[in-house]
Amino acid sequence: MATQLRINGKDVEVTAPPDTPLLWVLRDEIGLTGTKFGCGVASCGACTVHVDGEPTRSCVLPVEAVAGAEITTIDAVNGTVAEAVQKAWRELDVVQCGYCQSGQIMSAIGLLSQNPSPTDQDIDDAMSGNACRCATYHRIRAAIHRAADTLEG
Amino acid sequence: MLHFLNQAPQPAEGFTIAKVSRRGFLKVSGAGLALAGFATTAEAFPRWPHGGHAMPHGVRTDPLVFVRVDPDGTVTLVAHRSEMGTGSRTSLPMIMADEMEADWTRVVIEQAPGDEPKYGNQDTDGSRSLRHHIQMARQIGASVRHMLAHAAAAEWGVPAGEVAVEAHMVRHGSHEAGFGDLAEAAMALPVPAFEDLAFKSPSDFRYIGKGKVQITDLRDITTGAAVYGADVMLDGMQVAVVARPPVVGGKVKSFDDTAARAVPGVSAVVELPHSIPPAGFAPLGGIAVVASNTWAAMKGRDALQIEWDGGPHAGYDTQAFLAEMVATAEQPADTVFRNQGDVDAAFAEAARTFGQTYTQAHMAHAPMEPPVALASVTAEGAEIWAPVQSPYACRTDVAKALEIDPAQVKVNVTLLGGGFGRKSKHDFAIEAALVSKAVGTPVRVQWTREDDIRHSFMHTVSAERIDVALDGEGKVTAWRHNSVAPSILSTFAPDGGHQFFIEQGMGHVDMPFDIPNVRCENGAALAHTRIGWYRSVSNVPRAWAVGSFVGELAHELGRDEKQMWLDLIGAPRVVDPVAEGYPEDFWDYGEPYQAFPIDTGRLANVLDMAADAIGWGREMPEGEGLGLCVHRSFVSYVACAAHVRVVDGTIRVPEMHFAIDAGFIANPERVESQLQGAAVMGMTLALHSGIHYEAGAVVESNFHDYEMVRADNYPENVHVHMVPHGFGVHSTGVGEPGVPPVAPAIANALFKATGQRKRALPMGAQV
Repeated sequence: MATQLRINGKDVEVTAPPDTPLLWVLRDEIGLTGTKFGCGVASCGACTVHVDGEPTRSCVLPVEAVAGAEITTIDAVNGTVAEAVQKAWRELDVVQCGYCQSGQIMSAIGLLSQNPSPTDQDIDDAMSGNACRCATYHRIRAAIHRAADTLEG
Repeated sequence: MLHFLNQAPQPAEGFTIAKVSRRGFLKVSGAGLALAGFATTAEAFPRWPHGGHAMPHGVRTDPLVFVRVDPDGTVTLVAHRSEMGTGSRTSLPMIMADEMEADWTRVVIEQAPGDEPKYGNQDTDGSRSLRHHIQMARQIGASVRHMLAHAAAAEWGVPAGEVAVEAHMVRHGSHEAGFGDLAEAAMALPVPAFEDLAFKSPSDFRYIGKGKVQITDLRDITTGAAVYGADVMLDGMQVAVVARPPVVGGKVKSFDDTAARAVPGVSAVVELPHSIPPAGFAPLGGIAVVASNTWAAMKGRDALQIEWDGGPHAGYDTQAFLAEMVATAEQPADTVFRNQGDVDAAFAEAARTFGQTYTQAHMAHAPMEPPVALASVTAEGAEIWAPVQSPYACRTDVAKALEIDPAQVKVNVTLLGGGFGRKSKHDFAIEAALVSKAVGTPVRVQWTREDDIRHSFMHTVSAERIDVALDGEGKVTAWRHNSVAPSILSTFAPDGGHQFFIEQGMGHVDMPFDIPNVRCENGAALAHTRIGWYRSVSNVPRAWAVGSFVGELAHELGRDEKQMWLDLIGAPRVVDPVAEGYPEDFWDYGEPYQAFPIDTGRLANVLDMAADAIGWGREMPEGEGLGLCVHRSFVSYVACAAHVRVVDGTIRVPEMHFAIDAGFIANPERVESQLQGAAVMGMTLALHSGIHYEAGAVVESNFHDYEMVRADNYPENVHVHMVPHGFGVHSTGVGEPGVPPVAPAIANALFKATGQRKRALPMGAQV
């Protein structure tokens, strides 16, 4: 029942049953703990990873569905957009408890990769699947604008 | 929030404040040894009394416990409070570093395990971390600086008073040494007495009050490297998921685990002992499914066949219960907490009376990280890794559950993915310990979101009735407030049906209006679930009631809402609790009242600030309105001014202003973030947060039916205005006091926008 995955640029063979959500394969089998469990029903976004560059909720994504796809997690996400987003997050002290921020950052990178200068409305639309109980929405919006400015500049 | 059963009210000598000026409490630190460049005046460090010493194990000031200086100059500072997003893990070490003259870039923070005899109280709740430890952090910093200076003086043969300590360096004339060079000698010196210390002048602060230090875990959080409760891995560990009794006090009648054991990866099924209320933080019991990974444990649990015995609370139905509570609140109560003047006479003589009833549903905290804990139990003892707010209480309770000595238990504190009071209750860590012991390997107990929402220690459900008597000029002559809510105490002791002193002190008996006749009553209500504390606790329903009522009264009397608040608050005064009929065991957030009195001038001031900032009195377009609320809690004063706009029937909050008077503010950047958070959590609870029970069990299950506001509709432009104070004005709470005024400010603004008055929380997102 082995499944071939490509995670953070490396080929990995995993033995979890094919219906296992990618989240638990990442966390329990591979030991990549940056991606978080929040709800298990794709309703909070804490588990967001990139599948072929697209922000995707890994808690409801059977591992068999992503065999062969390029999976990227917060633990190793890189590139110009990712660096701009992470830098903006730090400059604006976005986080409070930080638990949801892996997912927030992965969604923000996804947004800016598609849309380099999003409006407030674009940000709200792209980010409303990512919940934050501490409520860092104000700074997330500001940080996405700042990252966009960095990328433009 | 509270270490309820251990913290007594402060002694009654606090009740003579009317005769004593506040400055009388600002004790001079005493003339100490003058180290070069450091002030020793009372202005530099006016020591003030606070409630930290009354907490279990009090406050420790031993620098050798909290500071290590390595030969390479690295300064390791211990954070003994849990980090759940408020920033205390950064702010307290930052204060130590500043006072020590340590360079922040050379500081490493180490998290303390649960050990209160060593570190002092570690209950991270009640908005107390800075309030109880800001002085301690400065004292520790000053002690280490003193020891470094004296070590250098001895080595160089110069007077210690002439040695300068600055930015990780120690100098005298041509002599110069780094902290690391002096570390060994300095840390071997006797710890100086407080009286011998010199403190920095506030004008010399590098980090304190500047808001420029980033939280210590920021980089790790943005790269996924930060370690939360579920991120600790041990060799041979397994994962367990627990099926718990749907009804509190229920138990397993029978179960069949054949299908569960057949799930690949499942290794064991363990029945946990059920708890009989009042059970404190003991787990609910149920059936744990243990597996090699989380998904297998979840599938195994789904496959369990369990027949439950519901127990005495199997009939709990919140709709019916709330109706009963409202009826109770609208009758004279059997218990009176505060009695000032003659309320009955004032009502009998009133020109008119006015009253309304406000309610709030149960709430679950729903931190983004669901409860989770890893335990490794062996013959030698137990080690726990968990996101807990009270690691020492956790250690004690784990020892009790395992029937071993607390000395055999170590509790390591990870980062908390949100807390809000839920993680003060470490039932999940006890579960992990019990399952680990049963199966003989390390075990992580992982709660799902459904577990979290259904098996929380719920914020209470409440009905609040307020009536006022008015004279011919519309002046309020009497105030009667009957607060009815199952008590937190029921979780710890046989349920007497009444609120206890801590709940009374949170917005009920401390109602600060200048009204000659006041009665605060408490009709009985018994608990039918585990009642816990949720960020801001009883202040949420009380501010909801009082704040909404002021808005309603203003409308009823045809007065401006802000003027109504100011009329009720009256001329600035420091409340004398004795003269105003407060209960003898009045609880002022555990603080000595004289040092933290209710000052209505400060209350009115923040109201003015928030109202001015939002442009109070301006003409608003159709479908929009402004609303206000001001509330004192956790000894801080917070006003909220909200702008509500109804768009296609949806309540939106385009603008919100907070004004906060929290005394001296050490980290304004984190105060701003806490209040931004309060705006959003306040709007969430105003619109959405309702937990309901039917047939004893929780109806809601996940974020689809227990919603929170999201990026597409939150208070968009939140502005935070802080009353500036010097170090001598006692620092007060920040994490919680922002939340209570939000919902009433929104409701008051919504009324202006639509004419609809909401009296039940949650009010729903649509009008």
